[in-house]
Order: sequence, then structure tokens, then C-alpha cells
Amino acid sequence: MSQSSAAPISGSTVEIPSIPFREIAPWALFFGLLGLIILFFISADQGAISIPSGNAIHEWVHDSRHLLGYPCH
Amino acid sequence: MTARAFLVRGLLVGLLAGFATFLVAHQVGEPHVETAIALEEAASADEPATEAGSAHEAGHVHEEDGTTVSRPNQRTWGLLTGSLAVGLAIGGIVALVAASVVGRIGTLTPGQSTALVSLVGFVSVALVPFLKYPATPPAVGSGDTIGDRTSWFFGFMLISVAFAALSSLLAVRIHEQSGTYVAVLSGVGLYVVAMVAAGQLMPTVNEVGTFPADVLWYFRRASLITLATLWGGIGIGLTGLVGRLYRRETVQVERRALAASL
Repeated sequence: MSQSSAAPISGSTVEIPSIPFREIAPWALFFGLLGLIILFFISADQGAISIPSGNAIHEWVHDSRHLLGYPCH
Repeated sequence: MTARAFLVRGLLVGLLAGFATFLVAHQVGEPHVETAIALEEAASADEPATEAGSAHEAGHVHEEDGTTVSRPNQRTWGLLTGSLAVGLAIGGIVALVAASVVGRIGTLTPGQSTALVSLVGFVSVALVPFLKYPATPPAVGSGDTIGDRTSWFFGFMLISVAFAALSSLLAVRIHEQSGTYVAVLSGVGLYVVAMVAAGQLMPTVNEVGTFPADVLWYFRRASLITLATLWGGIGIGLTGLVGRLYRRETVQVERRALAASL
């Protein structure tokens, strides 16, 4: 009875720990954003949208774009 | 268990899975990319035979006269760059999602919930978008429609990820009252119904034309194997590492409890 549901680690028994959202939030925000930016450059840049202009990135990652299933031409 | 511990493992596993993805893509996928480019060149050499002449030695050349990367570079270093970067990014994101759900999905252990996150990720980010907008080899897919195709593909992926998250949330809620069977059935049911509806409503892309069906299928199969390598590598690797982390922490806690009881 002393062991309530999702409490972290208590007493002599180990329950499945969870990480407080407020602790994850900054990591998730920053690295989630970073991950999405990387994915954008590999998957879509210089196709529909170009930052920077030109086609160097498109050309360089061309084959990964096709083989990872992103729209390309 | 901390966000940092998950992220470090996710990035490590992502890098390794990215490298495995490169090897598989290079061995399984590239032969069909080469076939497709050869077909494209043969087709373009047939039509404007008067002017084109010998302008095609560089391979898969796009319309503008921008930077040109040679085929040997595209299929090795270029492919490696893309694979490693996507591996790192997806490894990190999967790890952070796994860190947020650990201990919050019924009674699943950290390893089990991490495996579930990877599986849901593969289905919603890679597999289902592939079923609606499958990968196309070079020579299939017009440069004029790249804008539409890009927004539909990512739009569909966004819908898929949103419904995967919503369905998981629903399943976790229902689990508290009605148990696992009803919970999984409702979650999967909501996702399947939503995605079938979205798939029916969204526009179809068909630019295959006279491209040979066998090469198209070999390429798509190779592309699916490549995606499965990426997600499978991340899922299996991260599940193993998180499981080991959890066991190690469990042992430490038990040891500390034993010491305290003496």
C-alpha cells in the first residue's frame, strides 16, 4: 500500500521509473528542433524550398533522398 | 534514468544505425539507382539526339547549371552523409520520445516502452507514408511537381505522426479502465481508420509513365529495406542499451537497500 503508482524509486522495491516532463522539456525542445532541421536539409532542401539557393546540398545527398523515400527528382 | 542518459544512447545508436543504413543502401539500393539513371539517360539521348550529344558524361544531371556532384561521389560520400545525419537525428528524437514515455505506458519496462516507441515510429514515420507516397527512383518524378509532392508527403507524414501520438494517448487512457486488449484495439483502430481516411482524401501521385515495373519494384523494395535497417537498427540498439541501463540502476538500488537494512 505504501507503493503508489508511478513514483520513482522508493524503499526496497524498484518500480518502473519515469522522468519528470519538466526535466525532459528543454532537451526535447532543443534537440527535437535540431533533429528536424537536420532532417529538413537532408530530405527536402533545394527541392521545393532552397536555403541557401543553388543545388549543392541536393546534389550531395541526392541518393540518400531517393533511397530513404523522400520526394526527389 | 535521465533525459541525458537516453539522448547519449540514442545518438550513439543513431550513428551506428546510420552507418548500417549506408551499407545496406549502397549494396541493395544503388544498383537500382544506377539502372534508373541509365534508363533516364537512354530516354533523353533518344529524344533530342541532335543537340544533347555527349553532354551526359556526369550522369544524373538536373536542369539548372548549378553544382554537379559526380555519381561516384553521390553514391558513396553523399549517401554516407545523408545516412549518418538522418540516423543521428532520428536516433536522438526516438531517444527523447522514449525518455518521455518511460514508466508511463502501463507496466511496460523501460526496454519494452523503448521498443514500442521505435516500432510506432517506424510505422508512422516511414512505413505508412511509404504506402501512400512510395519512394521513386531517379527518372520517375517530375521536377515540376516537386513542390506538391514534397508538401503532400510531409503533410501525410505529419497526419500519421499526429494520429500515432493521439492513438497511443488514447490507448494509455483506456488501459487504466479496460485493460490491455481493449486499449491496444482502440489505439490501433483509431490510427488505421484515420490513416485510411487520410489516404483516400489526399491526392495520388502517379508519374511512373513507361518506367519499367520491375526496376521500380526493385528500387522500392530496396528503399523499404533501407528504411527498415535505419529504424530496426535504432530500435534494437536503443532497446538493448536502455534495458541494460535499467538493470544496472535496479541492481544499484537493491544493493543500497540491502546496505541500509544491515
